[in-house]
Amino acid sequence: MARFWANKAGVAGLAIIVVCILVAIFAPLLAPHDPLAIDISLQGMEPSEAYPFGNDEFGRDILSRVIYGARISLGISLFSVIFSLGLGVVLGAVAGFYGRGIDNAIMRVMDATMAFPAILLAIAIVAAMGSNMFNVVIALGIVYVPRFARIIRGAVISLKTREFVEAAISLGASDVAIIFRHILPNCLAPLIVQATAGFAYAILAESSLSFLGLGAPPPAPSWGNILSESKDFMLDNPMMTVYPGLAITFAVLGFNLLGDALRDILDPRLK
Amino acid sequence: MFPVLKIDDLQTHFFTRTGIAKAIDGVGFHIDKGEIVCVVGESGCGKSMTALSVLRLVPHPGRIVGGEIWLDGQNLMAFSEREMREVRGDRVSMIFQEPMVSLNPAFTIGNQLIEAVRVHRKASRAEAWERSVEMLRRVDLPSPEARMNAYPHELSGGMRQRVMIAEALLLDPVLLLADEPTTALDVTVQAQVLDVMVRAARESGTAVMMITHNLAVVSEIADRVVVMYAGRVVEQGTTEEIFTRPAHPYTQGLLRAIPTLSTAAEDDAPRQPLYEMGGLVPSLTDLPPGCAFCPRCSAAIDLCAAQKPPAFPLGETHAAACWLRRTEG
Repeated sequence: MARFWANKAGVAGLAIIVVCILVAIFAPLLAPHDPLAIDISLQGMEPSEAYPFGNDEFGRDILSRVIYGARISLGISLFSVIFSLGLGVVLGAVAGFYGRGIDNAIMRVMDATMAFPAILLAIAIVAAMGSNMFNVVIALGIVYVPRFARIIRGAVISLKTREFVEAAISLGASDVAIIFRHILPNCLAPLIVQATAGFAYAILAESSLSFLGLGAPPPAPSWGNILSESKDFMLDNPMMTVYPGLAITFAVLGFNLLGDALRDILDPRLK
Repeated sequence: MFPVLKIDDLQTHFFTRTGIAKAIDGVGFHIDKGEIVCVVGESGCGKSMTALSVLRLVPHPGRIVGGEIWLDGQNLMAFSEREMREVRGDRVSMIFQEPMVSLNPAFTIGNQLIEAVRVHRKASRAEAWERSVEMLRRVDLPSPEARMNAYPHELSGGMRQRVMIAEALLLDPVLLLADEPTTALDVTVQAQVLDVMVRAARESGTAVMMITHNLAVVSEIADRVVVMYAGRVVEQGTTEEIFTRPAHPYTQGLLRAIPTLSTAAEDDAPRQPLYEMGGLVPSLTDLPPGCAFCPRCSAAIDLCAAQKPPAFPLGETHAAACWLRRTEG
């Protein structure tokens, strides 16, 4: 823990993330206006005192939309990371623990999934299932499952030959107990690192999907679709695109900084 | 009355790319209730594989291809994997060489001991805690209650091996397989840990199959000795028989290779260089057709190279697989 606080980049990353999360949680208190309130008279207005970030094509307050956007962008990212983490851990652990045929079967499917460009695969899944928040979570989750599966599989393979695992087997522990008690708790470190990095990917991917009109369906504000809606006004009012873009950059930067710091601290090989 | 363990013509082979390695090639011996039997032999002679075969945990690509293993009169070879899991840790448990890494670093000692009890017994956490503390006390771990909340990295090697012994004996197994339990420890700690293990095993009436290549240890703790060479039992007998009347040339060689501590002043005999056995262990993938020790044996006769010697009885408890010890009939 002391080593973490000594890592300035990591602390900065954590601070950024904490800010983003607080903004998302307290959005109703922080936002000066209703993010969905339409006022045609304010259409495409430049930043003003009442509307510091300006107004979009429907006259909605961009500041409020960006604040509420944190809820949707972070929320979708959180659930998709949880989804891919859960599925990836189970598949990776089973593949690594049982090896041979099962390993081959699972990992070849994972390889095939990874062969698709991430965004393209997510677009295909959302297009096939229909665009709503739940499906976006599933799509992003599926896209990142192989990364978790690979990491866990590797960790399980190296851990399962360790003496304490063999000792547990010789004392009559079942396969489930071996995986959940003896193997997974000992590969938490790479898992935490990958989950943090996965968060950054997920925010970017969700924004890309929303930008392409396949993410959170309008009028719900997500950073991606705020950006998408404001791009038409980019020549008249360039600041409109800058704010949601900054929010995305900020959040991704925070998770990347934290992820890198955690990797440096938790991975002894990189010292 | 059945022996606790009876191994009959056990054969465990490894199917490698370069051929079939006969790690265990017809091993047979038994262990009676509460008895301490030492299995000795050099590295790679099949000692550890014999223990793993008893638990039916031979690693891939190895397989038990023949023979029988009887535990308390039950044939373990007929057990399902599920039944074997109930045997492991409950009726038969094992201690490994490396105490430093045999405990899960993610959980406290208490957590692991309690879990070990509850895998096999319906016991409340409080009962399991009681039992674990009691076992830690029996292996002479200082302040056992406090140690229950310690993580493995907070204990020394000797302490960790005591914890492993406590874990192995937690459920009063009928048989304890100890695979060189003290080799990884400091010499000064070895004797204590060994003493604790033997005492704890005797208290719970557990028979011990102890694998070692330390003959000094054998002479101290063993009731009987099984000498293995290249996957076979070459000689077995009581400790006294093996040490005072070794019958197999390999056993004789082993005993002559023990360094003795004597100074010229107390010993008039001229000093001799330490005996060294010539030659190398034969490759397990390419064992000679006759006695495996024949190429290294100075007393070998023609028959030795041609035919595997069976075990010739030399007394009620003593037997040697050597043609020179052939008995009539």
